[in-house]
Amino acid sequence: MATASVSTAGVGTSEQYNYDIIRKFTIMTLIWGAIGMFVGVYIASELAFPFLNFDTPYITFGRLRPVHTSGVIFGFGGSALFATSYYVVQRTCQTRLFGGDGLANFTFWGWQAAIALSALGYMFGYTQAREYAEMVWPIDLLVLLVWVSYLAIYVGTLLNRKQPHIYVANWFYLAFILATALLHIFNNLQVPVKLFSLESYSLFSGTQDAMTQWWYGHNAVGFFLTAAFLGMMYYFVPKQAGRPVYSYRLSILHFWALIFLYMWAGAHHLHWTALPDWTGTLAATFSIMLLLPSWGGMINGIMTLSGAWDKLRTDPVIRFLIVALSFYGMSTFEGPMMSLKDVNALSHYTDWTVGHVHSGALGWVAMITFGSLYHMVPRLWNTPMYSVRLVNVHFWLATIGVLLYITAMWISGIMQGLMWRAFDDFGNLQYSFVESVAAAHPFYVMRAVGGIFFLTGMILMCYNMYKTIRQGSTAAHADLNVAAA
Amino acid sequence: MMEWMLWFTRFENTKPLSLVIFFLVFCGVLFYLFGSKTRSETLESHKNIPLQDDEI
Repeated sequence: MATASVSTAGVGTSEQYNYDIIRKFTIMTLIWGAIGMFVGVYIASELAFPFLNFDTPYITFGRLRPVHTSGVIFGFGGSALFATSYYVVQRTCQTRLFGGDGLANFTFWGWQAAIALSALGYMFGYTQAREYAEMVWPIDLLVLLVWVSYLAIYVGTLLNRKQPHIYVANWFYLAFILATALLHIFNNLQVPVKLFSLESYSLFSGTQDAMTQWWYGHNAVGFFLTAAFLGMMYYFVPKQAGRPVYSYRLSILHFWALIFLYMWAGAHHLHWTALPDWTGTLAATFSIMLLLPSWGGMINGIMTLSGAWDKLRTDPVIRFLIVALSFYGMSTFEGPMMSLKDVNALSHYTDWTVGHVHSGALGWVAMITFGSLYHMVPRLWNTPMYSVRLVNVHFWLATIGVLLYITAMWISGIMQGLMWRAFDDFGNLQYSFVESVAAAHPFYVMRAVGGIFFLTGMILMCYNMYKTIRQGSTAAHADLNVAAA
Repeated sequence: MMEWMLWFTRFENTKPLSLVIFFLVFCGVLFYLFGSKTRSETLESHKNIPLQDDEI
């Protein structure tokens, strides 16, 4: 493992920038990652071995599933985005966060409270029953306050910048913040049953309600899990590779194409339903077009390493970042393909969708986050990583875990789709539903094993980070060299 | 007086109109990015911003 001394890492520390808020969000990224992924492994095991429900309503699949999705998307992913966006915007604008430490701290405590309260609420059965937006209305309001503060901090920092140009990573982060605000507000328009009741009704009904839900759901993927993490990629890949991004003009082109096209694609989640056919066709068309800007970003990221491919052999952090981009390319090919009506007729409601989501969530989102945190933490605590060897072990555990997971779900999903549409000579369904469940069992076990691999890597990362932070220092201008691991 | 606005309420009018508008905007972005050598060089110089942040 080659290590390069970065003696300039002390420049731009706590004196110049607000690093304290970044450290807090970084630590919570690790904690929510471990909790969220543990719950994910547990519910995957419940599907394979139902006795794990223990006849206790609080830990059944239905209640723990939103704990898992909220924990990993908003707890792990959201905290990582707060941490990295605050880091990137300060460093590329060469100015401290707008609004003082108080406002930034409000975003931290507000966000953490929203995740923790909603997770507890799900276990006690309080949910809005909207996928990825299960939070009950008072928590929705808290998230709204946090998000408006986040937007104010981000825009204020950009306005105060000392660098004349706004670097492209900030464009992606800003698009994510703005779009998430829009999505959150309109998808959560609810009428509470009573003032002091956690229950509420959606303002929309029927197909329109479903369409609003999936306008939100798909754009949560598009802006929260894609655009924002592309912002992360556009800063951390060049930094870790030590060379500028392949084409700045391509980054601008694919940014505008991506944010324009994503907004129209949500209705492909509702093929073969009561939704008007033309709406699904429109969504599928935009989904196919999305392949181009998605791959524009992937190619731009991977080609940044052009001329320095040897770093893939020596630097496990670069390996995380480049493999993340590879999974991004793969899942953004798979997504448009699954949005085609004929493919969707086979894939929808099967485990194939679950596998697709996880190739994006684990392969892209989690891997790019791991790589970015391994770059950022040594600089936040002014110390090299405790163990580069453990980073390497983490990489292989994560990669094997994702591959096991998505392979199991591909096989299981396509098998389910084929079994559900099979007819016998008399025109009757050839298989009962329970036969397809029994056939999927080995793949549910395989999926849980893949999850265990991924979770083990996450726990190793937490240990490695804990030891790194213990040996580090948060003092400004600490005179330490950082291993560019 | 405002009857001309009814023209915009018909899908057969607004669909091709929006196609033309979006296509022209896309062409505009392409021209902005690749139409001038000087501007291209200026834009490409911004890619070094992350690498300069340790030096400033």
